[in-house]
Amino acid sequence: MADDPRGSFRAGAAAAIPFALAGTLLGLSFGVLAVEAGFPAVAAIVMSALVHAGSAQFAALAVVTGGGSIPAAVAAGTLMNGRFVPMGLALGPSLPGGPLRRALAGQAVVDPSWVLSNLGDGRFDRHKLYGATALLWCSWTGGTAVGAISQGALGNLDRFGVDAVYPAFFAALLVLELREGRGRLVALGGAVVALALSPLTPAGVPLLAASVVALLGLRTPDPAGSASGTSPGTGEAPTDTDGHDPARAQAT
Amino acid sequence: MSTGTAWALIAALTAATVALKAAGPLVTGGRTLPPRLASVIAVMPAALLAALVATGTLVGEDGELTAGADAVGVLAAGAVVWRTGSVLRGVLVALVLTAGLRALS
Repeated sequence: MADDPRGSFRAGAAAAIPFALAGTLLGLSFGVLAVEAGFPAVAAIVMSALVHAGSAQFAALAVVTGGGSIPAAVAAGTLMNGRFVPMGLALGPSLPGGPLRRALAGQAVVDPSWVLSNLGDGRFDRHKLYGATALLWCSWTGGTAVGAISQGALGNLDRFGVDAVYPAFFAALLVLELREGRGRLVALGGAVVALALSPLTPAGVPLLAASVVALLGLRTPDPAGSASGTSPGTGEAPTDTDGHDPARAQAT
Repeated sequence: MSTGTAWALIAALTAATVALKAAGPLVTGGRTLPPRLASVIAVMPAALLAALVATGTLVGEDGELTAGADAVGVLAAGAVVWRTGSVLRGVLVALVLTAGLRALS
């Protein structure tokens, strides 16, 4: 799958650089908020290092800040992370080794890495996943550390538009997917399902439900037609022998 | 919030996250990929990205639907990437537009 593990690792880290910059800023806001909520600074940093899932950490923090109980906070964070199950199911066939090794490899899944290492034909380049996650982990944990230690000197970072940065990156990756003619129907379905469920369910459930929308791929093997001529539905990889998607190369 | 509470939260959320991330690879690992599943996986990023964008920009803190400066910025980013293919240019547009609109309002 990956002929050159080191090259793939580096390519993953390189592709994740823009996300790492955004992740640093988000980590900063998390560190600030966590300390405001009463976390010791070291606890905020350890949480980012161990959990490494921004949306879940923000969700759990919001519950305790709002006076909720610890089980409620854990439930909110866990629901937010529910999408890692379908994402891991998708990744599984690309992981070698026994159960323990695969379970460990699965810990490397975070949204940007998972998307960047997806080869577009149902397989993943695991070394690219590791490379991207390694950099993202440093930026997220490092950003949290600065935010937690800053003692409120930074103020609310949202006024700089920081909250728009991560969705903008995801929007950019989505547009690159759609330009390829891949998954247009499924993208629309995912967005509609997520928005429809958001007012009704706890945060996280809409994301989980949206990834189930990908099952539409079963009925329409090649959604929205294949203007580019690639047909992931046949299980046959495009002739591009190195398996790298030209559209993704632009992600840096 | 007490220090002990914070650590209890961290321990529990860490355990849950590790379990969730391990679950998928444990179930589907070590198998060859059936072509039908490959077609589902190929479109999963589109579904998940669309949902992340939609909930990240159009959903408020209490789950209500809302649209603010960040939604405008992210929409503009999508248009720029569609036209130019440049991710960084799109994100810069989102950042500047969102911060600019907030400064004006």
